[in-house]
Amino acid sequence: MPEVKAETVATSPEAVAQHLAASRYLADDSLATAIFLAIRLGKPLLLEGAPGVGKTEAAKAIAELLGRDLVRLQCYEGIDAAHALYEWNYQRQLLAIRHAGEHEIDIYDDRFLIARPLLQVLKAPEQRVLLVDEIDRSDHEFEALLLEFLSDFQISIPERGTIRAATQPIVILTSNRTRELAEALRRRCVYHWIGYPDAEREAAIIMLRAGDVAEATARAVAAAVQTIRARPLAKPPGIAEAVEWANAATILEKGGSPWPEAFRRAIGVLIKDEEDLSYIAPELGRIVEEALA
Amino acid sequence: MSRDLDNPFSPFTGRRCPEGADEGQRHGGQKVAPPLTCLSASGVEPPVSTRPSDPRKRGEEKLPRAAAPFLGFARRLRRYGFAVAPEQVSGFMQAVTLLGPRSMSDIREAALATLAPPPDRRDEFEAHFQSHFYGNTSAVIEGEADEETRIKDDGGADDERIEAVHTQEGGELSSALEQLSTRDFQRDDDRLAAFRRKLASALPARRSFRTVRTPSRGKLDLRRSLREIVSADGDVPSPLLRRRQTVPRKLLLLIDVSGSMKLHTADYLKLAHAAVQGADRAEIFTFGTRLTRITAALRIRDRDQALARAAAQVDDWDGGTRMGPTLLAFLSVPRFSSFARGAAVVILSDALERGDHAELETAIRRLSARAFRLSLATPLAGDPRFRPATAALRAILPDLDDLIDGSSLTSLTDFILSLARPAPAASTIWKRVS
Repeated sequence: MPEVKAETVATSPEAVAQHLAASRYLADDSLATAIFLAIRLGKPLLLEGAPGVGKTEAAKAIAELLGRDLVRLQCYEGIDAAHALYEWNYQRQLLAIRHAGEHEIDIYDDRFLIARPLLQVLKAPEQRVLLVDEIDRSDHEFEALLLEFLSDFQISIPERGTIRAATQPIVILTSNRTRELAEALRRRCVYHWIGYPDAEREAAIIMLRAGDVAEATARAVAAAVQTIRARPLAKPPGIAEAVEWANAATILEKGGSPWPEAFRRAIGVLIKDEEDLSYIAPELGRIVEEALA
Repeated sequence: MSRDLDNPFSPFTGRRCPEGADEGQRHGGQKVAPPLTCLSASGVEPPVSTRPSDPRKRGEEKLPRAAAPFLGFARRLRRYGFAVAPEQVSGFMQAVTLLGPRSMSDIREAALATLAPPPDRRDEFEAHFQSHFYGNTSAVIEGEADEETRIKDDGGADDERIEAVHTQEGGELSSALEQLSTRDFQRDDDRLAAFRRKLASALPARRSFRTVRTPSRGKLDLRRSLREIVSADGDVPSPLLRRRQTVPRKLLLLIDVSGSMKLHTADYLKLAHAAVQGADRAEIFTFGTRLTRITAALRIRDRDQALARAAAQVDDWDGGTRMGPTLLAFLSVPRFSSFARGAAVVILSDALERGDHAELETAIRRLSARAFRLSLATPLAGDPRFRPATAALRAILPDLDDLIDGSSLTSLTDFILSLARPAPAASTIWKRVS
């Protein structure tokens, strides 16, 4: 898809929702509005929500609708500037020093610079969308570093000077809310909490994302998954798991398993925790039958 | 939730704006508000509080009258403890302008996206929205049904800004204090002060991904070494090393506030306050029939005020115990259960679970799988004749790393300060004495 100007896509929340649907992502009005506002106000978009509600997928869909590459920075505890901003290729620098002998050499040349995600985005803000994934996993020091980056969109490299973005890049942050983010970070962003979709929307997502699934199956899966999520599970199933369950049950049914049985046998793709499985097993038959009714 | 009776305003009905209703000012019965398009979409300057005159008046003089309800809404949220920064207010008004607004739902979406209320306060936010823009003051936050375990999170984002307010101690807390009045408080205070000082260095440590310089026994730090080589004209000086940093693990205290623990609750809260003050990362929850996070309240340095605030937050003092369901509720909130991952978890409870203990068993097993070390401190173990003989205790014993005496501050502080030292599993120890 060719690169498009952000403003031409984001003419209204409805237009954003339509473009996202064309990228096979069904956004509700609130999410479409948040994306529209983030693009038009030039602010980063912070998406929070439980695992598996489609935060990262939303970022991919935004990159797709803008016709840009998605640069993903996966956060973890201990992530630091060397992983996020830039790093020098020390081995190459040492070899170059040795190779140069008496000649002068600039060991801080571009060819020795390894651009990490934040620098990659600064260098070509109009061709890339930055996804900072699971920011809540990083520690406070990294959050402060990111805050600095998001306020000026520039990086200072002591040996090279300051690199500034020509235009403001589009940045999406996601968080599973395993910890409270710094207030300053939330303030700087357009914020949206993504909840699990209702049964109707989830059925539509399953129809859109699953391969060859009948509408009745998608509706049954959506209804059953809603009930299962209401139980106190260690790992409540996300949307991707619901799609997989619909796919797996359809394959089993085509292979000769009757309907309720097909759902029961495919439960392993929906619930991936042994204790959750044993917790839900006695009820599963009833939940599936009610969903199919 | 308390509610006030602001004059309702809607940009679409042109009813009176609430500004001043709470400030002692009144706008005359202005009718239809001017169109919002008179707000520029860039740089709507919020009132700046450093100006000499009344900032609110100034803000209303500078901005079109139609902006007043939006400023008023932000101000109202601040009054009710939502953290709303000036840049968020200007963002809110820009967002409203960008969206048209074509309907009230546009204003709501703009508010949600820019003022960013925490997800667990969305209902409260909605009630304020209804009250402010529609004049609908009946939007009471209904509690969940009793059979569901209610969860209260005291936030934590604005811990530093909590204003310590003098309030009366919760009745249950003070009655517990009265019963303990024969004790030597001074000695306990000294012990807690020592505990607070020692805690950060006494907690078990783990290796972080971050590295620090080290004179010996580390990996080669290529970055710094290269700089040295360049500054030494290509000579290779002694190698510079770095190693992974060690950081203290999190401490998670889960405090039982049910009726059977009444005598110990006050002590436990004091201990929790000392833990929050002393440890880098400590989280405190109370549970009885509900689950309440009280960490933010305990961050107030003054102990009496911190405990009073915590006491006010807990709704289920001296009730029954639903330990299994409340711990499962704790684990089912990703944000909370992640506190337990790799943490030293200490449950302060007698574990007297009524009825079926299957849920307690499941919860303890899950908690044990997440925690670095899971300990149960029960006041019953203060009696030398105590044995883990109840069905619930027998069921959870294999998953506990420690089952210790929680009857006194001395034994608890000594135990928590020894968490970094390995010890035999609880089942091994209690088998010996059984």
